[in-house]
Amino acid sequence: MSKPVFMLALTGLLVASLAPVQAGSARTSILEKLQKEAGTAFSAERGKILFSSTHKGGKPKTNSCTVCHTKSPLKTGKTRAGKDIAPMALSKTKDRYSDPKKVAKWFRRNCRSVLGRECTALEKGDFITFMSNL
Amino acid sequence: MKKVILTLALLVVAAPAAFADGKSYAPIKDKITKTECSACHMAFPARLLPASSWKKIMLNLSDHFGEDASLDEETTKHITNYFIKKSAKGKFRNPALRITELRWFINEHNHEVSRKAKKKAGTMSNCKACHRGADRGYFDDD
Repeated sequence: MSKPVFMLALTGLLVASLAPVQAGSARTSILEKLQKEAGTAFSAERGKILFSSTHKGGKPKTNSCTVCHTKSPLKTGKTRAGKDIAPMALSKTKDRYSDPKKVAKWFRRNCRSVLGRECTALEKGDFITFMSNL
Repeated sequence: MKKVILTLALLVVAAPAAFADGKSYAPIKDKITKTECSACHMAFPARLLPASSWKKIMLNLSDHFGEDASLDEETTKHITNYFIKKSAKGKFRNPALRITELRWFINEHNHEVSRKAKKKAGTMSNCKACHRGADRGYFDDD
């Protein structure tokens, strides 16, 4: 391997190894922001209940997260239009909950669809905490 | 050897377009549009609907055929402009909002899709279930 190629490969490796760290710190900052707003410590147990329960107030066809995401966050889900959804558990999909815009977008859409309202900071924090501990 | 591979690759890429009988549509190339529109379904080619339909769709994303597909203002504007630019041109009377409700779409699929295939696809908007090249713009494989 020539020197420039080797250096390029090395840089590539370094960037790849740093990516999860960056995602991790972005996730921490999202959770810290939610924590400040919520004022209460997050609970994975409450997150689990939010995810698994059947809710009233939203659309009858999507009255639970599990309609699209399946009962197990470790499994691949399916959108109502037939596309696969990567598992929600962080252990299965490494870049979950690390893009603030994406996180805000999907909580807004899906909380409205399932609960008929936006989620609170506490609910969002509980949800991410549950998904991060599986 | 490299030349052979390149020629073969070109053949594979070019062949479907060469044999198409008109049922090929340029796929969405804009990155933002592609990312957002393919989050839940395939990003449908812009030329499948006229600008008036795309505008109506983009104005009502919070109730997108029953789903909340709302986007921030900036992204909505960007995607709307892209669709207007790339939309089907010509005159349309009462243009449909659903591609699956266009007359040619119904005629094209009416006698071709078995109950089994329909069940497998889940919905008629799941082009890729039968047209394997759909997200590259090819719908000729039927």
